[in-house]
Amino acid sequence: MKLTSLTCAVALIGGAAWAGEVAPKDVAYTEDGAVEASLSGVAGDAANGAIVAGTKSKGNCVACHAVSALADVPFHGEVGPSLDGAGDRWSEAELRGLLTNAKLTFEGTVMPAFYKVEGFIRPGDAYTGKAPSGPLSPLLTAQEIEDVVAFLATLKE
Amino acid sequence: MTKPMGKTLTAIALAAVAFGTVASADESASLVVNGDIEMVTRTAAPAHLSDSLDEVISGWVFRSDETQELQMDDFDNPGMIFVDQALEQWEMVEGTKDKSCASCHGDVEESMAGVRAVYPKWNDSQEKVYTMAMQINDCREMGMGADKWKYTGGKMAAMEALISVQSRGMPVNVAIDGPAEATWEMGKELYYTRTGQLELSCANCHEDNYGNMIRADHLSQGQINGFPTYRLKNAKLNTVHARFKGCVRDTRAETFKPGSDDFVALELYVASRGNGLSVEGPSVRN
Repeated sequence: MKLTSLTCAVALIGGAAWAGEVAPKDVAYTEDGAVEASLSGVAGDAANGAIVAGTKSKGNCVACHAVSALADVPFHGEVGPSLDGAGDRWSEAELRGLLTNAKLTFEGTVMPAFYKVEGFIRPGDAYTGKAPSGPLSPLLTAQEIEDVVAFLATLKE
Repeated sequence: MTKPMGKTLTAIALAAVAFGTVASADESASLVVNGDIEMVTRTAAPAHLSDSLDEVISGWVFRSDETQELQMDDFDNPGMIFVDQALEQWEMVEGTKDKSCASCHGDVEESMAGVRAVYPKWNDSQEKVYTMAMQINDCREMGMGADKWKYTGGKMAAMEALISVQSRGMPVNVAIDGPAEATWEMGKELYYTRTGQLELSCANCHEDNYGNMIRADHLSQGQINGFPTYRLKNAKLNTVHARFKGCVRDTRAETFKPGSDDFVALELYVASRGNGLSVEGPSVRN
């Protein structure tokens, strides 16, 4: 009886980080801040990556970056560089590192880390302004990161 | 550090032509309210900012032509309605001591002229830096025997607007040395602290990226010389601490409380970044 409930608990906890998925705390960075291994173990979907990049509640990349390929999404920002040609400038591993935690590529960059769950000052419960009630989730899931990496890799000039 | 503001300057020049006054489309063009009160909207940065900014710029400069125009005439400025309401409040006797603001302070136009420009300021008897809101609530509780107001509430914002109007056009001039220095340093540290899951400091947006668009928002320097501010977004007067709270919340952080020591310190520091700009409150923003 006890063994059954334990097995169930393990299965539930394991569900969030399925086989092949790298947890935010376990991401391996190169010296230059790149991430060689896929975070999800599943190939990225560039079409979904474009949606994540242009959606305010997801990546919202356009808040700071202009992206010609997302011209149908209104109001692109000017805080970061244009993402046009990102697929020429960066390797897949470098793009993954930039999304996961750009501060390890560019020290002090304003860009948020999209796959990081600790080491924050006064982290909140999303946009409520209140303290979190449990562990933080990363801003994007492992698969969403992979999808955006796949999308950015298509941006060639 | 000077950013192009061509469109805005053109609008000012056109407005000036309409009023029959002479103005050239240069970067020193300024906001004139009611054709009378000349506002300094751009000026040399105060000495304590010499390492980070050359010029300090009012948030008014960053707003659209339509929003800017709303602040150029008090009949168009929706914030002035609350000034009228607060003027009635000024005369209203309340509390166990049967007093109004006017009982002690008389004519608001005389007694409150210049006050907004120097707040937050050191309070000798309380031995800490006081914001206007703290002083107003001390008056209500101790002077009038009345209930204090909510720090960011409508009555507080309106009274702050009434007091600010008496200083419109005067340069912000908060003291950052002497007994206020420790609080100012605390506020400065908070200004540069990257909070929340987005790890953003005030400086990331308002010092490093003012003038840039973030999605559909034109980032300003985050100056508070125009507070309280009537925002078209929520159609009411907004206090400084309510705005701070919204900004910190948007970094996905646990915010500080309005009226907290942290926000009082931050208000002193941010106010000091606007030393030299005109008191504009109540200003109009989006």
